[in-house]
Amino acid sequence: MQCQRVSTTLACFICRRNMFTSRRSYSQDEKLHKSIPAKPTWQDVDRSTLSKRGVVDDATIELLERLSLVNFNNQAGVKTLMDAVALADTLQVVDTTDVVPMDSVLEDRDLNLREDIITDGNCKEDVMRNAALTFEDYFVAPPGNIPLETKPASRYRDPDEEDQDKR
Amino acid sequence: MAARNVMKGKTGDWLAVIGLEIHAQIASHSKLFSGSKVKFMAPPNQLVSFFDAALPGTLPVLNKYCVEASILTALALSCRINKKSLFDRKHYFYADMPAGYQITQQRKPIASNGHLLFNVYDDVKREKPRRHRVNIKQIQLEQDSGKSLHDDEKQQTLVDLNRAGVGLMELVTEPDMSNGKEAAAFVQELQTILERIGTCNGKMAEGALRVDANISVNKPGEPHGVRTEVKNINSVRFVKNAIEYEIRRQIDVLESGGTVVMETRSLDDTGCTIPMRDKEVVQDYRFMPEPNLPPLVLYDDTTINSTICQEKAINVDTLRRRMPELPEDQRQRLTEDYGITYSNAVKLVNEEGLADLFEQLCTASSRKETKRLMNWCLIDILKCLHQRNLTVKQSPIPVEKLSDIFSSLQSGEISAKSAQKLLELLFDGDSRSVSEIMDVENLRQITSEEEVLKFCTEAVNEEPDLVEVYQSRNKKVINKLMGIVQVKSKGRIEPQLARRIMEELLERRRRR
Repeated sequence: MQCQRVSTTLACFICRRNMFTSRRSYSQDEKLHKSIPAKPTWQDVDRSTLSKRGVVDDATIELLERLSLVNFNNQAGVKTLMDAVALADTLQVVDTTDVVPMDSVLEDRDLNLREDIITDGNCKEDVMRNAALTFEDYFVAPPGNIPLETKPASRYRDPDEEDQDKR
Repeated sequence: MAARNVMKGKTGDWLAVIGLEIHAQIASHSKLFSGSKVKFMAPPNQLVSFFDAALPGTLPVLNKYCVEASILTALALSCRINKKSLFDRKHYFYADMPAGYQITQQRKPIASNGHLLFNVYDDVKREKPRRHRVNIKQIQLEQDSGKSLHDDEKQQTLVDLNRAGVGLMELVTEPDMSNGKEAAAFVQELQTILERIGTCNGKMAEGALRVDANISVNKPGEPHGVRTEVKNINSVRFVKNAIEYEIRRQIDVLESGGTVVMETRSLDDTGCTIPMRDKEVVQDYRFMPEPNLPPLVLYDDTTINSTICQEKAINVDTLRRRMPELPEDQRQRLTEDYGITYSNAVKLVNEEGLADLFEQLCTASSRKETKRLMNWCLIDILKCLHQRNLTVKQSPIPVEKLSDIFSSLQSGEISAKSAQKLLELLFDGDSRSVSEIMDVENLRQITSEEEVLKFCTEAVNEEPDLVEVYQSRNKKVINKLMGIVQVKSKGRIEPQLARRIMEELLERRRRR
């Protein structure tokens, strides 16, 4: 679609709809890249067709908190998590048969290799500068992993929601 | 199933199944993903770069030698090299791993499907070894963690990150072993191979080679039982003892009606396995691809030309050609080329550098008394080395001097005792030539019978009582007289000659 730079004339009024849909100005010769669709192509996904793979129950929330050390904090946090899982579930409609997964955009780059020479280290003061507690050039840590206080995830639940489930 | 595999329990026979996970520290100068120095025993946190301390804004850069070392190791173990391998993050929290994850190769390791054939000595006499084969599941590159020193008194842990980021090769075997002896023999052969190809120094006491054993037991005909993992094994001897203890423990538990818990156990000083503290019940490592590292692509002779950057690319076939002779090949060749027994070849090859020394001396020696030379290497030279805590490589004596000593020994110019003395002097730093020492220290053999007779006569005159005993009751006291002669002559008389002269002298005296 071409849109020309217009001055404030009546023609502008007619072209206004065009201007709003593509805000950049294009010269006569430029076209959109072929991978950009001319019109939006997304469709709503019918949630009822998806299998419930990402179930977020209390045990899962507790496990996630322990593994990631992210505190979900409040009900809004848990809802965000559930929404994220639901969004990820919509990927199920994509047919990935025979498609090799891509896990890095660097997949066709050469992995840079370093020669085996000593170029680093010997900066003990710098490395230890931010440590809260040190002792004779060692970092000091508690004796083992401190177990996370397991507060039950049910504290996130809305009282109304709980009643809903019970029905 | 051969009888050696079966263990006798109270309720019947049992079989054990053992697999090993071995972490071998790569003998590189710098770490796997950073340029810090790799050194055992250095002041704490001296060899730590910003990347090793997981300070933000740092990125990993792969060490070329570490990749080459894993390829060499994989080739030595007949593995298939994966031309494209990937790096992943393995997440868990521990104070000695500041990043909160370890970079490893979980999805696609650098090598897989190999095997190792080695000797197991089932009988105590170690005469006839049995060949056993263990398949290697995979070899992967990964980072080492730092070191934690636990101070129970002060309820704290001191962390030293010198070791954090050092390159490791993790070797995972299939569960192809059935007792402690087989596992220990496997580790020993692996040590010898790694030392030979130079990719790892194999010193378990220094933590350069760490063995974790997965052990389970079952009754014959039944499926594998629940397995436990035993960590912290730091010597070949403990590999055997820890596994044997754990097998016994599991059998006892099962025979008394209990169940074996799938857990990680540690080894205490007495060789018993104890449950490891502080292991979370649910361990989810949340593996994810390492986003900062593209795939590792390796080339061979057929594909090397396709890469733009040929100097930086690694050619597997070039490494294959660089491979030194492997220990087992050398053992076989020694028996074939030099006619020595296999068990002696094993002894020669076991001591790194000794077999090469033996071959060099054989070539230098004019008369081919390989057996005598072999014994000289295995007994005399090795004793001198061990007494001074030296490896063959660290020996101060050049091969030519050793060759001179041996040829004098062969020709009878010096006695075995004198040769020993020469060795000791040279090992202790004497830099004179061999013939000079022989002249100055008067080490040359006394071969004239007259001279020998002189010494014998002296001895006999000094000890009339001994002569009396010899003539009347006990012929064995001649050994005491021989001893005196050797002392007087400073060991320069060949024992058989001295004995003959002495016997003749005593016979003449008797007839008087």
